[in-house]
Amino acid sequence: MARRVAIVGTGQTEHRSQRLDVNGRELIYEAVTRALQDCEMTIKDIDAIVIGNMDHFESINYVDTWSVEGSGGHMKPIMKVTTGGTTGTTVAIAGYYHVASGLFDKVLAIGWEKNSESDTTAAIITCSDPIWDRFSYSGAIPSLATEATAYMEKYGATQEDAARVAVRDRTHALNNPHAHLRKPITLEDVMASPMLAYPIKLLDVCPRTDGACAVVFAADGVAQKIASRPAWIKSCAVRHTYTWFGDVDYNAGMESLHGAARDAFEKAGIRHPAEEFDVAELYFPYSYAGLKWIEELGFCGPGEGPRFVADGHTDMGGMIPINPSGGVISTNCIGATGLLRVAEAAIQIMGKGEKRQVPGVKLALATGFGGCFWSDVLVLSAERP
Amino acid sequence: MTDGKDRGELLTLRFGYPMPYEWSIGKYGSRFFQEIKEHQRFIGIRCPQCGKVYMPPRRLCGPCFGELDELVVLPNSGIIAAFSVVNYPFLDPDTGKQRPIPYTYGYIQIEGTDSIFSHIINETDVKKIRVGMKVRAVFKEEEEMQGNIQDIRYFEIIG
Repeated sequence: MARRVAIVGTGQTEHRSQRLDVNGRELIYEAVTRALQDCEMTIKDIDAIVIGNMDHFESINYVDTWSVEGSGGHMKPIMKVTTGGTTGTTVAIAGYYHVASGLFDKVLAIGWEKNSESDTTAAIITCSDPIWDRFSYSGAIPSLATEATAYMEKYGATQEDAARVAVRDRTHALNNPHAHLRKPITLEDVMASPMLAYPIKLLDVCPRTDGACAVVFAADGVAQKIASRPAWIKSCAVRHTYTWFGDVDYNAGMESLHGAARDAFEKAGIRHPAEEFDVAELYFPYSYAGLKWIEELGFCGPGEGPRFVADGHTDMGGMIPINPSGGVISTNCIGATGLLRVAEAAIQIMGKGEKRQVPGVKLALATGFGGCFWSDVLVLSAERP
Repeated sequence: MTDGKDRGELLTLRFGYPMPYEWSIGKYGSRFFQEIKEHQRFIGIRCPQCGKVYMPPRRLCGPCFGELDELVVLPNSGIIAAFSVVNYPFLDPDTGKQRPIPYTYGYIQIEGTDSIFSHIINETDVKKIRVGMKVRAVFKEEEEMQGNIQDIRYFEIIG
């Protein structure tokens, strides 16, 4: 039987498009020290570490080894986890597994990326099959454009519907001192921004960011002594489907997110997610995900995403505020992006959100997206499960 | 080795050299390119469990977690399942240079297959291209072929 586990501390760096003032180790150190400070612990209190990023963005392999002076991993059990865009959520889930197993009481999970160190699209292309896909593939945007086009054709959703999601997330980012992009934008700004790959425009997609995030997980009995209001992991699920881009059925919906959410919600006893969750930090790499993927999560029915967003249900003060942090569209240090979703969900439960705090959060949702339309889902709770 | 960019006091170190790899194409993938060179035709492979026909031919079916060995000859034409006209600049890791834009990234369903094949379509005007249009593969001249994906020059719209 797995032990109960809670998040007791989080830390994140100053996120910018380029952090020339720090190298990878130092960036990691910045997040780790802030997480330890948040839960009033020292590195001596940490029993094990899980760290993750994607090597191809920096082309420096084995972060588990070369970063120890920044991660605090010197003479500790440390391992690396990399699963593409989901890396950050998978690092969190691996940290949870470490503690739930009973082998470790206090585990540090770290996600980071220095996206400024390479051409992000070129690096993403190196994840695709070199024999078949690399010649024509052009990174994340066209696959997402394909999904968006199929969704628009099926339900009559418009570019303006998607632009509302970008405006919402960027508006929320104004409340988050850590967010990378903190300049207000309007619907007109999104519509007038350059077309990258129809129907995706510049302001519909996430930026590339230098940044890191660290989260401390602790076991039942230990967690309550560290944090007055720990954020408990109620359930989680991982679903990975295809590796060939051509195998994804873009008309069918996002099978991995649907499957992971169904599994995690069932384990947590959640039947009406939009009503039961108080807040959601969701890995939306582009605006159209904010329409379609909330349908996969069961916030509303198929094709109802645009209306649900336009009615304000996902704004601060709405039925289910989405991305009070500003989300991925405002900050995207790729290996940290998923972990930031988990950290921000925990921050909401711990009541540490300051200007971005949703009042009285008891149940929070975090998701990760990556690979070839792969998904991770975590349910966090104020109550010990 | 370096041409460190001077950004005031904070320097960076630049790496810009090729680092070659040699990837195995595998038994059926190799055969796929040989069929293009020798017969100017496509082949796929059928999964004995789910019955799906995949192109390019692969040895393993993910959902069934089983091995495939029944090759099938396919036509050189299919329909556009999805496409995207790419307008943003990026480095091509295959060449180390910026990939020429705009170009059209296409998902093509070859007749008789259950998978989608990704390649380029020689039409970049969004108004002239639609999902469902019929396309045909245009191959390189035999003496130009090198046993890789670019032995298919592109797909052209035929209706």
